[in-house]
Amino acid sequence: MSPASQTSNSLWNILFLCWLVALIATLGSLFFSDVMHFPPCVMCWYQRICMYPLVVLFGIALLPQDTTVLKYASPLVYIGLFFAIYQNLLYYKILPEAAQPCSQGVSCTSDYINWFGFITIQLLSLFAFSLLLGLIILLKRKLKS
Amino acid sequence: MKKQTLIVTSIVILIALYIAGSFAYKYFYLKNLNENASVFVRAHSPIIGNEKATTTIVEFFDPACGTCKAFSPFVKNIIQKHPDKLKLVLRYAPFHTDSYYVVQMLEASKLQNRYFETLDVIFKHQEKWAINHSSNIAKLWSFLPEAGLDVEKLKNDMKRPEIDAIIKQDIADSKLLGVNQTPEFFVNGKPLKRFGYKELEELINSEL
Repeated sequence: MSPASQTSNSLWNILFLCWLVALIATLGSLFFSDVMHFPPCVMCWYQRICMYPLVVLFGIALLPQDTTVLKYASPLVYIGLFFAIYQNLLYYKILPEAAQPCSQGVSCTSDYINWFGFITIQLLSLFAFSLLLGLIILLKRKLKS
Repeated sequence: MKKQTLIVTSIVILIALYIAGSFAYKYFYLKNLNENASVFVRAHSPIIGNEKATTTIVEFFDPACGTCKAFSPFVKNIIQKHPDKLKLVLRYAPFHTDSYYVVQMLEASKLQNRYFETLDVIFKHQEKWAINHSSNIAKLWSFLPEAGLDVEKLKNDMKRPEIDAIIKQDIADSKLLGVNQTPEFFVNGKPLKRFGYKELEELINSEL
């Protein structure tokens, strides 16, 4: 295999991983709300708004491979990550309760799940967005080199 | 593996997992419910209809909830059709702001044997004291004498710790049963698959 096609392959693999992360996060969040009937809080919706389109964007970028998708997808990842970080700061009480914008309706700091004593839905979202950020940075570096 | 194959395989696997997961979840959820029979009915729970009836409808409600009010005559009507076989157990899920306070009033009215009268008055005037999901308690107080209540006695009784314990128990049970909207119905421990009048009537009929 030529070096050029090898680079292209590894680029594709990263795009594929991005799409996979977005797809798993999307299906996972739908599972929580539609199968387990956890009502999503406002913060969750803001993060969903950023996550769901990524499945389509990265999906389209896979065939044929199109790395310009980064231009459109990365802002969504940054915004989603911002909300995920903010919500986790609220959850771990690093930001004060008074700064909480969603006291009405469903609380954004409630525990729907608590696997192994620390994995909450809030943390899962943060994990997904961080993973996407990592993959995007990796992809950008590979494109430059 | 070819790229197309990889993409299609991933989609198929993930969607299959989603579907299998929802079936598994529903199965274990129902199994868990039936093992926790006592969470549906507590000794303090008010019962409408024949106490010895074999079919039990459990309703988690919020006095400020408009849909709960709308369902109230509907459910009573069904019970009147089968007076021997059906009973309705009332449980609290005070989700709205200040609903806890209204439930305290309701529980205190039990001590004056005016529970169902009080509930009727609360629902009858709901549009006047519960507007846009916020409660005007002062206004509600003005309607309570209609239920034949001694309001001064009610004000004192409301603060009783046993009333607090009853409401806290109901809230704990509602969490255990995954109640997150009102009204929530369970017929013989089975939840409504889809919310609606027709669906509730069908579920009740299938359990009779």
